Amino acid sequence: MGKRIEVTDLNVYYGDFRAVEDVSITIEPKSVTAFIGPSGCGKSTFLRTLNRMHEVIPGARVEGEVLLDGENLYGPGVDPVRVRRHIGMVFQRPNPFPTMSIKENVLAGINLNNKRMPGSEKDDLAEQALKGANLWEEVKNRLNKPGASLSGGQQQRLCIARAIAMEPEVLLMDEPASALDPISTLAIEDLMNELKQRYTIVIVTHNMQQAARVSDVTAFFNIAGAGAPGRLIEAGPTEKIFSAPDVKATEDYISGRFG
Amino acid sequence: MTTISQSMAPGQLTAGRLPKVVVPALLVGAALLGVAVSLLVGGGNMALAAVLAYLTFLVAVEIAARIVEGARQAADRRATNLIVGAFVLALLPLGSVTWEAVSKGAARFDVTFFTYSMRNVVGAGGGAVHAIVGTLLVTGMATLISVPIGLLTAVYLSEYGAKNRLAKAITFFVDVMTGVPSIVAGLFAYALMTLIIGPNNGFGFAGSIALSVLMIPVVVRSSEELLRLVPNELREASYALGVPKWLTITRVVIPTAISGIVSGVILAVARVIGETAPLLVAAGFTASLNNNLFANPMMTLPVFVYDAYAHPGVDVQVYLDRAWAGALTLIAIVMLLNLIGRLVARRFAPKTGN
Amino acid sequence: MSTTSALPDTGTSPLPTVDPRRVGDRVFGGLAAGSGIMILVILAMVAAFLLVQGGPALFADPAKLASQGYGEFASWVAPYAFGTVWAAVLALAMAVPVAIGIALFITHYAPRRMAAPLGYLIDLLAAVPSVVFGLWGADLLSRSVRGLYGWLNDNLGFIPLFSGQVSGTGRTILTAAVVLAVMVLPIITSLSREVFLQTPRLHEEAALALGATRWEMIKMAVLPFARPGLVAAIMLGLGRALGETMAVTMVLSGGKNITFQVLTSDNPNTIAATIAQNFPEAFGLKTNQLIAAGLVLFAITLAVNTVARWIVSRRAEYSGAN
Repeated sequence: MGKRIEVTDLNVYYGDFRAVEDVSITIEPKSVTAFIGPSGCGKSTFLRTLNRMHEVIPGARVEGEVLLDGENLYGPGVDPVRVRRHIGMVFQRPNPFPTMSIKENVLAGINLNNKRMPGSEKDDLAEQALKGANLWEEVKNRLNKPGASLSGGQQQRLCIARAIAMEPEVLLMDEPASALDPISTLAIEDLMNELKQRYTIVIVTHNMQQAARVSDVTAFFNIAGAGAPGRLIEAGPTEKIFSAPDVKATEDYISGRFG
Repeated sequence: MTTISQSMAPGQLTAGRLPKVVVPALLVGAALLGVAVSLLVGGGNMALAAVLAYLTFLVAVEIAARIVEGARQAADRRATNLIVGAFVLALLPLGSVTWEAVSKGAARFDVTFFTYSMRNVVGAGGGAVHAIVGTLLVTGMATLISVPIGLLTAVYLSEYGAKNRLAKAITFFVDVMTGVPSIVAGLFAYALMTLIIGPNNGFGFAGSIALSVLMIPVVVRSSEELLRLVPNELREASYALGVPKWLTITRVVIPTAISGIVSGVILAVARVIGETAPLLVAAGFTASLNNNLFANPMMTLPVFVYDAYAHPGVDVQVYLDRAWAGALTLIAIVMLLNLIGRLVARRFAPKTGN
Repeated sequence: MSTTSALPDTGTSPLPTVDPRRVGDRVFGGLAAGSGIMILVILAMVAAFLLVQGGPALFADPAKLASQGYGEFASWVAPYAFGTVWAAVLALAMAVPVAIGIALFITHYAPRRMAAPLGYLIDLLAAVPSVVFGLWGADLLSRSVRGLYGWLNDNLGFIPLFSGQVSGTGRTILTAAVVLAVMVLPIITSLSREVFLQTPRLHEEAALALGATRWEMIKMAVLPFARPGLVAAIMLGLGRALGETMAVTMVLSGGKNITFQVLTSDNPNTIAATIAQNFPEAFGLKTNQLIAAGLVLFAITLAVNTVARWIVSRRAEYSGAN
């Protein structure tokens, strides 16, 4: 598990407006790649194109290619539904299904594919996923309580459990800790370190310290001004980006001079 | 550890996908089949053809999708086809009613219809002028009663109520009032008038009372909603100038929301102008023009339509033609009111958006 | 800040003790509150006058009712009450799936730009006066369904619903229910549309990100979220169908027979239609008896609507959409 993503010359449009311009980047398997940059620089939009979730937004479309271990996500005959089963996603705000119990939430994706899986097997799977998300000990005695009864940080880990129950190759995280308190944030960051043993992880974050703490590779996005498309300015090992970036704008952003 | 075995083989992202041309092709094929079967055994019944075509199309897509795309995509396509089908189905009565009213109403949609009453008319000829005048008078009076009560209640709810118990009770019972069956409103008006003036055969004002019962809750709901949209900053600015509350409401709050309120009133009129049952009970029948709201039965357009249909003379077609002409007039009035209401709402929308 | 309190009390200012503008405030506030109270009074009067005018029939001697009215009250009104509920239930059985389908089409299938015009198109159905629907159902629909009813009776007659001697006019309770269904369709649709639109985007995206198809996303995120709202929408539609008069009056040739067979010419009439058909010729005790029937109808619709509103308000308290 854990696959390489290669993006070449990717452009994202909302109608006529070009939101992201000419992004090319390789995302290595079993590592954490962080996207940083000022608001509106297109990093979240770009993240969504990696599992075709941008198609949910009316008028959004993509040019270019995204290869998952050599297979183009935008090739002919590719089914976005299948893409999303292989590339999981965790959102900014925790979003467990309010009408489902904790266990049902974890199994929500599985139930779509394997309706006839025996109950005991499902229980095992739920346990594995919850353990994988460091949530098992906290919820094992109340699996049938609603998912919304958990705290915000627990809910977010529930969403991570829901995503990894699908055994994805890649996990996309769109500012997963921005709505959480510092302790919950730390729990999520620890979890990312464990998850990268098995998955390719891509995270969008506003928090540069977070990027420095959790990521192996950092990519910096920027816009030239309002109405201009977002661009990938520079990507490299996190240590290098944070200590000796090649581009002046990166250095300015990292040192807090704008954004 | 249990896993769902999906170590991904190359090509796992691509799913079998029906080529784009297949679904339209199936639709055309199913349509042809439906028409053919209907012509052969159903005597060319188009409804039969459409039903057959739709069912064939559903089954054909189901089979094709299951073979090529799998059960989940097939379920998705089934849901899509059923949902689009539901929408088309709902358009049928709308289209059919419009078509019937226009085509059958046209026969008597003439000058006589708008200049003559039914006084001394037996058989052909005659018109609905008495009913049109009655409808305008009865509805106009209902509007005069409903708007002050409805608007003031809305003011109370949005400006004074502040969620006290009276306001809560009013809100609840306004909702209840929305659900009063129209014929019950008619019976109420009749019962009220019987208590006041004794047994009667109905008159225009009683009809206005009945329509008011139906109209007031609509006016309250729409006006309250619009008053609540007025930004609080406007009220505060006015208070800060030392303007008392009632002047603030009448000079600042209501004028800001006036276009929406007017539009809401027009739409409320459109709602009640087509009411039949309460007028049947409260305002009665007559063949003659009556300009007095307070004495003798008064004909209204909806009752005219009902009467022409339900109590035809010897030549049924003549009465039916009049009924459809009345229906067409009624639809035209209601649509016109709806159009005006929406135009007013859009044209004079407050420019105070944030 | 509190904007509802009156002007700040300026103790030392040289204002007159009775500011004339304060009088204006009091009068206007009184008028507004009075109008609200008036509404409560009107509603109480509706119930009271129906009781007063219907009372003579409710409490009259059955023998007197038999000679001067329509007969003993309970046994007279029972078939009509049954017909009212039965026609409304049939109408809802047809309207609800279609209405939910339309609402889903408008909110989740049609292009975003088309949503408003399409919604307006369905709202047009609500604008058509009931007497026009009645005319349409009586003059056109009942004639066009005769063939279908014969076929249903011949081929599906083993189902009790479709059994019995099929009506030759097509003016059966099923036809009336179809017209009622068309009339309640826009009500249920517009309310369902509203609750579907309120589904949090977060939940929809969560489902899609798990690899759900559009329909699976709707089953996973939209429908469970909307369920209480849908129940309320259906109840309000039911309230409308119970009280609707003209469509049934003009379409149904109703009798007094309590039966579930929907294709025969011996269907029970509804309360509303019975009143409308008999009121113009009624006098004396008969009028009282029809008003008493109206009271029964009022009670039924009141109960249904109250339950619906209660569900709506409960939902508003607990929705906290996130």
